[in-house]
Order: sequence, then structure tokens, then C-alpha cells
Amino acid sequence: MEMKRGCITIVLMLATAFVMAQTKTAQKKTVQTKTTTSSSASGQKAAIERGQKVYVTYCMSCHQADGGGVPKMNPPLIKTKWVLGDKKELISVVLKGMTDPIEIEDEEYHNPMPTHAHLSDQEIADVLTYIRNNFGNKASAVTPTEVKNVRAKLK
Amino acid sequence: MKASWLRSLILFVAFCFSIGVFASDTTKVVKQTLQPDADNAGLTLPTGFGAIVMIDSVGRNRHIAVNPNGDIYIKLERVRNGKGIVVLRENTNGKANEVTGFGNYGGTGIAFKNGYLYASSDNDVYRYKLNDRNEVIDGEKPERIITGLINRRQHESKSIALDNAGNIYVNIGAFSNSCQMQDRAKGSMGMEPCPILDSAAGIWQFKVDKLDQSYAEGVRYCTGTRNIVGLDWNNDVNQLYAMQHGRDDLYRMFPQYFDSADNAELPAEEFLLIKKGANFGWPYCYFDQRQDKKVLAPEYGGDGKQVGRCEGMDRPLIGFPGHWAPNGLLFYTGTMFPEKYRHGAFIAFHGSWNRAPLRQAGYNVVFVPMKDGKPSGQWEVFADGFAGVETIKSTRDAKHRPCGLAQGKDGSLLISDSVKGTVYKIIYTGK
Repeated sequence: MEMKRGCITIVLMLATAFVMAQTKTAQKKTVQTKTTTSSSASGQKAAIERGQKVYVTYCMSCHQADGGGVPKMNPPLIKTKWVLGDKKELISVVLKGMTDPIEIEDEEYHNPMPTHAHLSDQEIADVLTYIRNNFGNKASAVTPTEVKNVRAKLK
Repeated sequence: MKASWLRSLILFVAFCFSIGVFASDTTKVVKQTLQPDADNAGLTLPTGFGAIVMIDSVGRNRHIAVNPNGDIYIKLERVRNGKGIVVLRENTNGKANEVTGFGNYGGTGIAFKNGYLYASSDNDVYRYKLNDRNEVIDGEKPERIITGLINRRQHESKSIALDNAGNIYVNIGAFSNSCQMQDRAKGSMGMEPCPILDSAAGIWQFKVDKLDQSYAEGVRYCTGTRNIVGLDWNNDVNQLYAMQHGRDDLYRMFPQYFDSADNAELPAEEFLLIKKGANFGWPYCYFDQRQDKKVLAPEYGGDGKQVGRCEGMDRPLIGFPGHWAPNGLLFYTGTMFPEKYRHGAFIAFHGSWNRAPLRQAGYNVVFVPMKDGKPSGQWEVFADGFAGVETIKSTRDAKHRPCGLAQGKDGSLLISDSVKGTVYKIIYTGK
């Protein structure tokens, strides 16, 4: 009987210790989550959401819902150097458009990309952040300042 | 009652075969041995029709033509193993084998006429003489009959059709969407006059037997056609017919007049009867099938309703839903299909991309009943299910896209697919 009670006590103590440890870990985790959910990350999430709207209005008719483009005509935006590479070049394509055919994975795309200089720096930054983080892409955000700088150089 | 009558007929036909009544007519014997694929190759067809996958993975199939000897010739969009024309031979079960190939160029057009095979690249048209067994004598030495046609990588394919008077008709598509100062740019207005009309956006007529003809030797047969891929000569009325691809992006470029639902449906893909000198209005006009008239394009001051300079422009016979991309046109003259289909038109729609953000559509083969060269009833979707998916959100979702059409020697309908390189054979079994 005595032994049984002792066992229960030990089990209870262990359980309490375990629960406390778990709570601490959980607290730590909460703290860590809070740290990573910095203003830039939530900002990026908002940019992606806004960018999606810009994409639907101005880009989707050619580049399609899946970002896969149209064979021979409109190039895909999925894991290509154009999308994931140099941001300045990417911004410049959106601002200036592109008339020469381009080749991606042995396929030539011929339709012209029209200029989208009528979009604001914010809209271009948002839509590029969206495409760089959608369709299987993962790359850094594009900021309105970066767009502004490229636009200034093109003028 | 009807069923028992049919059964008697089938029994009678079977009896005729058993005693060899049709034995001298090999075509009919072959026809009777054909069985559709178990799942009709994944296609939905009217009752009584069946589908056979003759072959798959040929290449990027464009147009398709049947040699008088029954062999099937496919023009590939780009060369595969150095060959831009692939020859198939059909077995008795409707399946086909690739037997040979030639022609070191990609392209779209292919047709047989009076002892020659004609085929086009995106710049030139060639012809190959056939021997008395209808075989191409030398696949590597065609005669170049037309050359130097404009190719600026947009609407670049040069489809062909031949009449019975020694002429060949070649489509030269406009290298532009709507002749804007900045092609496809939001709000950019149209060039006035549109300079592209000089050398494109129309059909040109050339002689079949003269070498190296170009613009100077050709006759401008019609103008104001943005892009045509499917065209065919209708021997019933001795006239040229074609399917025009209408312009894109009304909403993206002019959101003040159109919404995305308008953009998905407008403008019509036009079924055209083309008489010499016709003007169908591109880039100044487009056909709105909802208002049933040609209206002024927004690049030229239109608002979706104004007609203006489009008054009196030549009209289509039918305005099909927007962006379906009609790539193949064929007038059916066979006897395998029931009476309803004879002299009617089949149209292969390659399927849309410019309907986004709405779901894509087309990706089917349509039938138009015709009498004396005019539609004699409502058009209907004849073959569907090529895409292999319920909903097509993006063009790449489609597993197959119909492109070219031809009539098999036995009167079956052949359909080429541009994605996987499948060739379908549609037969009538009555079952």
C-alpha cells in the first residue's frame, strides 16, 4: 500500500515535471513564432495577396492560372531564371515589355510582352513578389523602391 | 419495331459478306472490321459513332491530309528526327504505323491535289510530285512554289487550300493582336491605317504550278482577317471557306468598356465564306455574336456598341464563342457517316487561353450542317473530351488539343492532336 502510494507520487511528480517542461517549450515556441512573424513577413504576406489581384487582372490572361503560360506563345513563370534571377531585369521586363522571342526548356515563346509601365511601383512590387512566391517559386520579395530605381534608370 | 428492322438489316449485310457480295470492294470490307476503342479513346461522341486512337506520340501535329492511296500525312509544327512530314499507314483494325517521313521544315499546311502533295513552312509552300501509285517520288526535292511570306512569329502558320482551277490559297496571319501602336499594351490605340494589312491579315491566291511566287505574283483574295488556320475549299459550291481567330484581351486593354465575362465570350471566332475581294474588317472591326453585328474595335474609337466604319463589312456565316481557336476546317463528302453529315462542315477547335480568369473552353470538334454552301441548322459539339479533364483552368491542363482534320479513305473523320501527337479516327458504327 505504502509502496503503491509512493509510486503514484513519483508518477505524479514526473507527470507534472513533463507538463511543465512542455509548457515551457510551448512558450518558447510562441516566442520564436513571434520573432519570425516580423513586420517584413506579414508585409510580404499582404504584398502577395495584393499581388495576386494584380496578377489576375493583368497577367493571368497570358500566363494562365497555373503560371504555366501557353505553349509557343506566352512563357511560363515557373522556376525560370527570368522570374527567380536578377530582380532588376525582371522589373525591367514588366516596365518595358519584351518583343523578342525567348526560349525556355527547348520551347520558344513568341507573343510580345506588352509594357506595364502604367502600373504603380507598389503594384509591380506586389505582383512580382507574388509570382516569385507562387507557382512553386520561392524567392525574395520585390520592393517598391527597387521598382522605382529601375523605372528612374529607364527614363 | 425499329430495332428488329435494324437487326434484319444487319443480318442481311452479314449474309452478303458471307457470300462475298462486297468482296470486290475492299474499302467496305475494311470498314466492317473496325471496332472503336473500349472507352472511345476518352471522347464523347453522338450515338452511333466510335473513336479509335490510330497512333499517339507522333509529334507536334498540325494539319493532316489523306493520300488517295489511303496513307495519312501529318505536318509537324517542328521537325522531329529531321522530318517535318510524317506518313502513317492504316491497318485493318484502324490503328496506324509510321512508315516514313521527309521534309526538313516545320509548318502547318498539308494537302493533296491532282497528283501532288502540297505542304507549307511558316514562310514557303512546297509541292511534291506523286507517282502512278500516289507515292511521293522524292521527299527531299520538292518544288518551292511560294516563298518569302511574312513570318514575325505571331500568327505565323501558313495554312493552304486548293481549288479546281489550278490555284492555291494561303493564309498570311497578322503579326499583331489588334494593330495597336504598342501590341497588346493596355489602352494603346490602333495604327491608322494599319500597315500590317499590306502584307498580312488576309488570304493570297497563287498558281499551283509556278516556282518561287511571292507577293508580286500573288492575288490578294481577301483582307481584314486577323488570323486563319482552318481553311478548306468547298467543292459543292466551288468556294473558299475559313475560320478566323478573333482578337484577344478586350478587358485587359479596355476595362472601361468590357469586363472579364465579356472578354471570355467576345469577339466571335468567325466561320467565313470568302469571296474574292472580301473585307472582314480586322483590325478596325470585330464580330460581336451577342449583338449579331460587326462593331468598331476600341483601338479605333469603339466602345463595344458603336458600328461606325464597320457598317457594310463582310459578315461571318456563324460567330462561335470567343477564343476557342479554330485550327481545322473540313467539308465532309464521305458516305460512312449518316446523311445529316454529308456536305456539312467539321471544325477543330484547339481550345482557348484568353478566357482567363474564367475557365478555358473549346478543345472540341464541332459540326455545322450545310446545304448549298450555307449552314442549314444549328451547330453542335460533335466530339469532346480531348482535354481529358473536367475543368480546364489553364491551357496546359489539356492533355490533347484538336488541330487538324481530314477525311479517311473509308469516310471516317481523322483528327490530329497537337499536344501528345495523337491521331484519332472517328467511325460510324450505328451502335
